[in-house]
Amino acid sequence: MEKIKQQIIDKEEQVISITGLYKSFGDLNVLKGIDFNLSKGENIAVLGKSGSGKSVLIKIIVGLLKPDKGDVVVLGKQVEKLNTKELNELRLHIGFSFQSSALYDSMNVYQNLAFPLTMNLKTLSRKEVDDAIYEVADNVGLKDKLKQMPSDLSGGQRKRIGIARTLILKPEIMLYDEPTSGLDPVTSTEIIDLIKEVQQQYNTSSVIITHDLTCAKNSANRIAMLVDGKFLKIGNFEEVFDTDNEQVKGFFNYNFIQ
Amino acid sequence: MIKNYKKKFILSKGLDDYFTGIHNAFTFTARFFSEAFKRPFHLREIINQCFEVGLKSLALISLTGFIVGTVFTKQSRPSLEDFGATSWLPSLIGIAIIKALGPLVTALICAGKVGSGIGAELGSMKVTEQIDAMEVSSINPFKYLVVTRVIATTFTIPVLALYCSFVALYGSYLNVHAEETSSMISFYQSAFKTITFLDIATSVIKTLVYGFTIGIVGCYKGFYASQGTRGVGKAANQAVVLAMFLIFIEEVIIVQVSNWIRYF
Repeated sequence: MEKIKQQIIDKEEQVISITGLYKSFGDLNVLKGIDFNLSKGENIAVLGKSGSGKSVLIKIIVGLLKPDKGDVVVLGKQVEKLNTKELNELRLHIGFSFQSSALYDSMNVYQNLAFPLTMNLKTLSRKEVDDAIYEVADNVGLKDKLKQMPSDLSGGQRKRIGIARTLILKPEIMLYDEPTSGLDPVTSTEIIDLIKEVQQQYNTSSVIITHDLTCAKNSANRIAMLVDGKFLKIGNFEEVFDTDNEQVKGFFNYNFIQ
Repeated sequence: MIKNYKKKFILSKGLDDYFTGIHNAFTFTARFFSEAFKRPFHLREIINQCFEVGLKSLALISLTGFIVGTVFTKQSRPSLEDFGATSWLPSLIGIAIIKALGPLVTALICAGKVGSGIGAELGSMKVTEQIDAMEVSSINPFKYLVVTRVIATTFTIPVLALYCSFVALYGSYLNVHAEETSSMISFYQSAFKTITFLDIATSVIKTLVYGFTIGIVGCYKGFYASQGTRGVGKAANQAVVLAMFLIFIEEVIIVQVSNWIRYF
């Protein structure tokens, strides 16, 4: 009885629940039966080779792509069954940090941060918008860059502003797409620290898509290894890499050499 | 995994792509009409785009209009002189510029300048995931990027075309004035003497259609850009070529329809 009660509590605390997820593009089967849950306040890193479907997974979670089969439940709502209005309401609770940062080129940093806020919360006063922007820019350590254009920022600064732009709507779930790709080790460490700070400060649950073992080990509570369209293993770092699977071992060795 | 990738086509790849493209273009246009009348209207962005389309094209339109008026007058004068009919020059220029050249030249210049700009801008936003970033922020990118730009081109290009016609007539007047002294008022009066309300209305309707075409084609090509930076260049290029092609087809259809109306 206690076990069942615990399972119910656990289920209530799950912010993302995916079962039997399939996705293909033409004849190319990318995801072949993905199952995983993300609990409130937890960070999970999805590891896998380039082209293994990691980014496809989070794009399905946020509703940018539709699954072929399977259930994707985010914050208690089945994503594929939501209409546009409901999906937009759900997206206000999800932050998505893009691999390329995806900052709006034609806007400066201040306008990039203000844009999602002013477009979604039109009743906010100018002062409230300013306060929110200064707070979030301060949290990512770039308060002094507000007047600069994205093209004037370094790769690490762009990532930080990209994360700040998603944080401004105070999301419950953060989806990071390759947060450390293309960054030097020092900047990567700063981004990893920022991911942990975001988890603590904003009480977010995160899915971190990466092929960087350092990032996965240091920023996530659990690791999911995506091989051939399926999760080979989900667990902590030691559990996942304590295996004889050649692909997993190869991945580990590759990262070690890097 | 990539080795197993082999797409099946109903007819052939070329034909499938062609019909899919037509279907997508119609769906895209239908979506514009369904979204254009719904809130929010993003008025500030529409005004911003009108500024981008209008004010930034003004210098080019002025120069081209002036040259068109001057060259057309210089080319027409010898033929009219042969018949001793140089006094008809203002009327001939007026008809040619207001009914045909002003709207067409403006549309072609805007297709090149504005259409390619929109295609490249949206294409670049697409391949750098900026459009996806808007979508995940609960902002409708179609409404914010496409609807605003298409409305801006639709209503700005008629204004530019009227301006172009007046500048072309002024260029023509300076040319006529250099040869035989005449006042500007009498030149403009002669130029407009044979122009009817239907001619002006047709010109305005024509430029509304051209403006819409330039906007929707530029946005469509940019919105569906792929293949990275190469795709951006392709989107900009195709936006110009397709918009110009459609403008010529629309010109023929509108002239034909206006002639039918005139006879009735």
